[in-house]
Amino acid sequence: MKLSKLIDILDATIMSGEEHLDMDVNTAFSADLMSDVLAFAKPKSILLTGLTNPQVVRTASILDASAIVIVRGKIPPAETVELAKELNIPIVLTKYILFETSGRLFMNGMVGCVEKIGDS
Amino acid sequence: MVPTLKYKNTFPVEGGNFDNAGVISLQIKNIIRDMGFPDDIQRRAAIAIYESELNIISYARAGNINVRIAPHLICIDAADEGPGIEDIDRAMKDGYSTANDRIREMGFGAGMGLSNIKKCSDKFEIISETNKGTHLKILIDIN
Repeated sequence: MKLSKLIDILDATIMSGEEHLDMDVNTAFSADLMSDVLAFAKPKSILLTGLTNPQVVRTASILDASAIVIVRGKIPPAETVELAKELNIPIVLTKYILFETSGRLFMNGMVGCVEKIGDS
Repeated sequence: MVPTLKYKNTFPVEGGNFDNAGVISLQIKNIIRDMGFPDDIQRRAAIAIYESELNIISYARAGNINVRIAPHLICIDAADEGPGIEDIDRAMKDGYSTANDRIREMGFGAGMGLSNIKKCSDKFEIISETNKGTHLKILIDIN
């Protein structure tokens, strides 16, 4: 799906990377544990998380994640948004909780970037 | 035979400075990308360096990440002055961690780092001495 459709589905707002609304986003990884994101997420996935610190953006960039969705209505600090702009990673904000966010995207055809740990 | 180096640099890492966590890793990732290495290699090297950088910041007083790049090899040495690792076998197990709350609040310190570095490297060695420091030797083979 396009990032613009994801924003529609999640009743979300975009904080950085408006120029990427037409980007395809098809796989995701949901976690508040950046250690696990680093260990398990696959490239070009979106990262769904409740964390808002700048390290989320750096972690996403290291992993070649395509976008970050911040859940539970959290507002990231200015330095996180600035860094996302600098590293060219869209940040989207939604008020849905992580479970609802993942579920709504899954119902619309998005899948996990990995199904079970141990699968390649 | 020693392969010809295309790039060599040492990056100092300050222990406890979480604000800059990832800056060095992203810098090195860009260098590797600009040298034209494939995406998979860039990612593996970047993850291994980022985990090493996070370890130094989280646990050590100070450290250095040395990167050497040859046409078919990326060699990363992350050496720190710190508490060292008492039981390396245990530290290599997923989920084992000695991280404090500050580290965990940022989403790190879940005990996945060393095994993740191993997963990303073709050769990985840990040399550690208690109360002295830890040296991670990481090798990524391009072929």
